[in-house]
Amino acid sequence: MKAKITITPKKAVLDPQGKTVQNALEQMGYKGIGSVRVGKYIEIELPGTDKSAWSKQIDEACHRILSNPVIEDYKFEIE
Amino acid sequence: MSDPAITPELVKKHNLTPEEYVKIKAILGREPSYTELGIFSVMWSEHCSYKNTRPLLKTFPTKSPKILVGAGEENAGIIDIGDGLAIAFKIESHNHPSAVEPFQGATTGVGGIVRDIFTMGARPICSVNSLRFGPITKGSGEDDPQVLSNNRRLFSGVVAGIAHYGNCFGIPTVAGEVYFDKSYEGNPLVNAFCLGVLRHEQIARGAAKGVGNPVFYVGPATGRDGLAGAAFASQDLTDESAQQQRGAVQVGDPFMEKLVCEACLELLATDAVAGIQDMGAAGLTCSTCETAARAGTGIEIELDKVPQRAPNMTPYEIMLSESQERMLIIVEKGREDEVKRIFDKWDLPWSHIGEVTGDGRMIVRCHGKVVADLPAAILANEAPVYHRESREPAYLKKVREFTLAGVPDSKDPVAELKTLLAEPTIASKNWVYRQYDHMVRDGSVVCPGSDAAVLRIKADSLPVSKDGKELDPKIEKFIAITVDCNAGYVYLDPYEGGKIAVAEAARNLACSGATPLGTTDNLNFANPFNPELFWQLKESVRGVAEACRFFNAPVTGGNCSLYNQSPNGPIDPTPTIGMVGQIEKPEHITTQWFKNAGDVVILLGDAVNSKDPLQGLGGSAFLEKFHGLKTGTPPVCDMEKEKTLHETLHGLIISGLIKSAHDCSEGGLAVTLAESCISHQDARETPSLIGAQIDLSGIVDARLDALLFGETQGRIVISVAPDDVVKVTERAKIMGVPATKIGSVGGADLTIKTSKSSYAWPVADLHRPWWNSIAEAMK
Amino acid sequence: MNFAVLQFPGSNCDQDCVHVIKNVLGHSARLVWHKDNSLAGYDAVLVPGGFSYGDYLRTGAIARFSPIMHAVQGFAANGGPVLGICNGFQILCEAGLLPGALIRNRSLQFRCEHIYLKTATFDTPFTSKIPHDKLLRIPIAHGEGCYFADDATIAKLEANHQVLWQYVTAQGELTKMSNPNGSIHNIAGICNEGRNVAGLMPHPERASESLLGSDDGRLIFESLVNWLNNRSKTKAA
Repeated sequence: MKAKITITPKKAVLDPQGKTVQNALEQMGYKGIGSVRVGKYIEIELPGTDKSAWSKQIDEACHRILSNPVIEDYKFEIE
Repeated sequence: MSDPAITPELVKKHNLTPEEYVKIKAILGREPSYTELGIFSVMWSEHCSYKNTRPLLKTFPTKSPKILVGAGEENAGIIDIGDGLAIAFKIESHNHPSAVEPFQGATTGVGGIVRDIFTMGARPICSVNSLRFGPITKGSGEDDPQVLSNNRRLFSGVVAGIAHYGNCFGIPTVAGEVYFDKSYEGNPLVNAFCLGVLRHEQIARGAAKGVGNPVFYVGPATGRDGLAGAAFASQDLTDESAQQQRGAVQVGDPFMEKLVCEACLELLATDAVAGIQDMGAAGLTCSTCETAARAGTGIEIELDKVPQRAPNMTPYEIMLSESQERMLIIVEKGREDEVKRIFDKWDLPWSHIGEVTGDGRMIVRCHGKVVADLPAAILANEAPVYHRESREPAYLKKVREFTLAGVPDSKDPVAELKTLLAEPTIASKNWVYRQYDHMVRDGSVVCPGSDAAVLRIKADSLPVSKDGKELDPKIEKFIAITVDCNAGYVYLDPYEGGKIAVAEAARNLACSGATPLGTTDNLNFANPFNPELFWQLKESVRGVAEACRFFNAPVTGGNCSLYNQSPNGPIDPTPTIGMVGQIEKPEHITTQWFKNAGDVVILLGDAVNSKDPLQGLGGSAFLEKFHGLKTGTPPVCDMEKEKTLHETLHGLIISGLIKSAHDCSEGGLAVTLAESCISHQDARETPSLIGAQIDLSGIVDARLDALLFGETQGRIVISVAPDDVVKVTERAKIMGVPATKIGSVGGADLTIKTSKSSYAWPVADLHRPWWNSIAEAMK
Repeated sequence: MNFAVLQFPGSNCDQDCVHVIKNVLGHSARLVWHKDNSLAGYDAVLVPGGFSYGDYLRTGAIARFSPIMHAVQGFAANGGPVLGICNGFQILCEAGLLPGALIRNRSLQFRCEHIYLKTATFDTPFTSKIPHDKLLRIPIAHGEGCYFADDATIAKLEANHQVLWQYVTAQGELTKMSNPNGSIHNIAGICNEGRNVAGLMPHPERASESLLGSDDGRLIFESLVNWLNNRSKTKAA
């Protein structure tokens, strides 16, 4: 199984990296795009087949270490 | 999986000539295996063997009473600095990889040179670099916006890579130079220098001593990175070679390197190490055969024991991989537990991969089967040596014929000075060095922005010692470092340009209060098979060797990077000179900016060389910028006069008579004066500007452009307290050094009076373009 | 006084802290390895700068789970003084010992330069000896020094006088230009509610000797030493 985790900066946190990418895209000719947010993607190989048990653990890991709740949001899926 | 058959095409693909292949067969007494072919191809590549340059490198002066480990002996040279302490330093290039992937090319360049230092047992305490790119602004030889954009991309990637590696590893990057010139388009130069400190008795050797001693591999697992990077460095850079090698760029991990460095230094303090070498170019291959060759022993390794992070790696791939941050350690038999304990503490992988033998052979096994069996010493030391053909280049005729006859004199010095100060090659490099942590380790006494960096060496600069004793806290040493080369001069006159590169480095050290200890050279040239380009190499080496001998700055080691050319043509011949000096006392440390209103400004040296028909304008930034000419015999380097100038300045500094010293180089006297007014930065967005009133009207026999912007050699602008002026001028007179009072410090303007007219600049108007030009270009 | 200077894999400024405490201030300082469990016998803890764990995942995110951090939590809970510098500040925020977080500089580039600090609060162990009108000229060197917290946290910090230092101009003005990294309200350093744990992004250990260009940073360490001396006098009495 694989846990696929996406971590993004909270909306309240200014994302200058996202802004820079947005400007670059506009300059390259991609007109009319909205805001850009740049985050992190983490893949974790998991043993066994018990999705729901691992779901709890991944959620805890996301909260404890993989993301910083002060500045980041996370979401994940296990497949 | 069976190895490919060895055909003439395969030999050629490995950059070996048919004659070299014949030699290989003669050495082995048989055909080589595929793995052995790969091993020879990297060991006999230009990058590893210096086969086209060894005869020239032998002409460098390499001895002095202070040299403890000399050029060619080990990974870096070592010089004594007193009280049982020594410094290890070297410069190395990572040019081709930086053209392909600038960030990673630069990180691994820094990583490689840092490893060369701690493999000698020294604690790395600073990094310096010399960088060259194509122009980043219009009007400096390149106007195509796409090319400019690419040049900026390479520049910003390289700087970010150096910053990433140095900052994370934890050494200050304290000095450097950055040049922009069309000849480096598509072939940037990244020369990385590192210096470390150790006690004499801590010198570690890369020799596989002690038959029966176990051989350990420490550091991260081996992957397919940088496969045959050494061979890549030894080819011309074309789109094809770049595409092929995009997978070859190694990725550096400075965090890993920091751990490996600390662990190795801790291990070296235990006496359990018989020999140690880093795995750099040609990875496992180079480290095993060189250590065996140095000790006159042999080595046997089993590749199954080598930690691997890619699946199904072949013996060829494992031996040639250039995965970073790996070390080869020969351990005293019975002391293996020390290695395990220390590397486990730092959570670093280690593996016992082989043994030292007594038969002089380098034997590599895979699953127990022998895949390579080679004579170590011959492989390491007897690469072919070539004496390449050389011929004076045709372009020099025109260069020498150039006169100032058709060149109108300066029209608008006020605008011209501002324009020159904004030229990226001359402008402040703060956009670069503010990305480098230049203060970590509490040793940076003079940070980037003056003529040379000055570092303080103290007890914690040293690696932990065997007896655990610390250096007496009262002992502090001061080292000055600079890296220099005006490659334009070298292009226009390789011999003179080579001398000037060395003289300028020595002059920068003198301005900081230091006397030279030694030199490390990075020779960046083009294809040695082109006789005209080889002539440039030959002649500039002749100039560098002569000057190093003259300035008592012997070469302790260095690097050669050839084949620096792209489809656009060869780079300017660039013998980068890294020079280190010592300052006896902290009160001798001198910086380049004017200090107090009322101080008197004195020019040491002749304002213009009366014997130079080009009056110092040959090869000058002024000629290139305002007349579009890169021609003319460069100003001559009179080494006697330079040496006397440096020694005189040194005497004045240690007598406490000098408040500031700044040498004249690109852009000439006006730029030097301007920089002395504007280069002191107090804090973020807070420059410390001060003006000066300068009177050059006494000089009548020079053109205006030559006087203000000519690059006559052997000149230093000093400032002195009013009460000390007489002492200074008298002392200079006794030493035979011209010393002319040219003005005084103070006010909000720089004013320069000449025999023709007067010019004035509010110093803020000079500071703004100089400080911001590169940041503006890089927005 | 005995100072503990924590050492994580990748700490780079640990030796600098030891050097200043020992050779400049004349007190005892020892490196404490991150795998150790105890801070017994120490009077103060310094969490130094560097790139612990290479700044991987997030700066300070992995270091805060090191075994020694349990001891630091206990030490702080008992009122012991803890000062985090640069990466140390980042680790203390990740560990929840200080509120808020440090994120990437607004310029997206690493910045190394001298800045000026105004001291905003004087009644803490870290600021008590700083003359009220003195600006501190101290270097920064970081890529992730932008202090961020939500509006409620910022309001609380300011109401409680937990903001210790702010970036200002050489004239002491709070301006956008004087802010090197985009920190909210130019915040350079803060303390916790108990006022015994503090963190700052600038490096006072690099500004404790005039040879290196400024010794203003010394005042922060001297404040701490002074507070410790007073505390032991109070204990003895």
